[in-house]
Amino acid sequence: MIIKTEIMPSFYQDSVILMRIAGKLRQRPGVKEAALFMGTPSNHELLGQIGLSTAEGVKASANDLIVTIAADTETVADDTIIAAKELLAERRQAMEESQEYRPRTLDSAVRLMPNANLVSISIPGAYARFEAIKALRRDLHVFLFSDNVPIEAEVELKQEAVKRGLFCMGPDQGTAYINGVGLGFANVVPRGRIGCVSASGTGLQAVAARVSMLGEGISHGIGVGGRDLSRQVGGLMTSFAFEALAQDAATEVVILVSKPICAAVKPKIKEIIQKLKKPVVICCIGTSDFNIDGAISARTLDEAADAAVAVLREQPWQPKCFTEHQVIKRKLSRMKDRDDLAGSRILGLYTGGTLAYESHLLLEGFLGPVGYNQPESDGHSGLILDLGDDVYTIGRPHPMIDPQKRTEMILEMGKRNGANILLLDLVLGKGSHENPAEPLAAAVKVIHKRFVKAGRPFAALASVIGTEMDPQDMKLQIKQLQDAEIDVFPSNAEAARFAALLVNPGLHNQFMEHKS
Amino acid sequence: MNQKNILNTPLHVVNIGLEEFAQNLRAEGIDVVQLDWRPPVGGNDRLSALLASLDDGS
Repeated sequence: MIIKTEIMPSFYQDSVILMRIAGKLRQRPGVKEAALFMGTPSNHELLGQIGLSTAEGVKASANDLIVTIAADTETVADDTIIAAKELLAERRQAMEESQEYRPRTLDSAVRLMPNANLVSISIPGAYARFEAIKALRRDLHVFLFSDNVPIEAEVELKQEAVKRGLFCMGPDQGTAYINGVGLGFANVVPRGRIGCVSASGTGLQAVAARVSMLGEGISHGIGVGGRDLSRQVGGLMTSFAFEALAQDAATEVVILVSKPICAAVKPKIKEIIQKLKKPVVICCIGTSDFNIDGAISARTLDEAADAAVAVLREQPWQPKCFTEHQVIKRKLSRMKDRDDLAGSRILGLYTGGTLAYESHLLLEGFLGPVGYNQPESDGHSGLILDLGDDVYTIGRPHPMIDPQKRTEMILEMGKRNGANILLLDLVLGKGSHENPAEPLAAAVKVIHKRFVKAGRPFAALASVIGTEMDPQDMKLQIKQLQDAEIDVFPSNAEAARFAALLVNPGLHNQFMEHKS
Repeated sequence: MNQKNILNTPLHVVNIGLEEFAQNLRAEGIDVVQLDWRPPVGGNDRLSALLASLDDGS
């Protein structure tokens, strides 16, 4: 194999565009790997990890673009570097032709837009904190999508934000809604009366999409970043967001979405929720002992949305394992392999981190130990992988943007860990892949055929996080999955419960009697 | 608490980073200025930290 590198001096381009171009180059015949990275210290480290660090590449500085191609022959490598340059030039030309003036600094941007009130930051984490502090010091709210921001910097940013009465939504916050406008990866949802405070991007997407499906809308979805409820950050932004929503006339009910809350932070959050004069639904997935008088506890994301809508409509609410039992019964009776799937293993391949976490917790509750993000945990009843985790995204875009990694893993199914049930999510909305169902359905068709040929039972189950207003055409997305014989469920929790039911049919009565 | 009200005010956004986010906001009719961001001072993050510490927002 030949590895060739070319450096393009002073050629900055954002990482998503670079990864998309790399994706196109990888599809060329004879190309083993294509890496396009700015020469930042973390990218040099990353190139080393993926075996593409070269003597030429290490000379690149943070403003230089490194193009490294691994190919079967020297000619293929050379031609691919030329193709990379052409694609980059096309991109630059399109940008120049847009004739949009792009200021180089935040101060120039603010001069251009004196009424600016929010800065959205999605540059590498090593620099993001400096732009964020600049924005806060200019009294601008911050949406901080970037990850790899040190936790001590997060504390500093949030202290500054709170002192100035500003939101610092992040770091590592994928989604937020302000005033009905989605930031980052966001489903298009109607404006409404439900406010969210969320330490999870996909958690917020799942709740907002479900609220929309139920005919209600979101007032604001304040993303606080996944570490806000940790001991170090101490819920700084969660507290601030609750206080803001308390004063917001458009918000009638508040949902708190997070993964487990650090025990040391619970009393503070409890006090804030108790003081709030609005109904609160708490959905802290994996925290079973966080019950607050007067607040509703929801175990799953769909329950959180359902409960909030019921409160809003002054209707009674009771958690259900499945929305419609008749539909579940029909699904079961239609499944040819149903009996053969009893006792088999589940493989969950997720693009949404909180969805993966939710499935893992549910399945462990029903089936005993289930592996999580550890491909070697073969002794368990299943394995759930969050493909958006850093382990799977080294040098590649997030799987919501580029589903290739998941496609590869589905095609490997059957070769390892003996799973017969595939559990999936499909996250639509702004920022996500333009047609994510297509590669997913194609891969499932291939693997299904392979299982049939080998005489092995097979089932693929999925939930779709999306709305009718999303750019991807949700109905068409669902149809593509159904055409590939993927069973689509109204929520991730229902898909996970159905998977558990296939593995252990004895759960039938428990699920159908409204208990779980 | 002095919460600078953004919850009832139209958004006016400065986007630093992924252009797709700016495009998505514009498609919704939101005012966006896209920054032509490059790693500061030759990519030296220690110098960036020093500059940030000297910046008081004025």
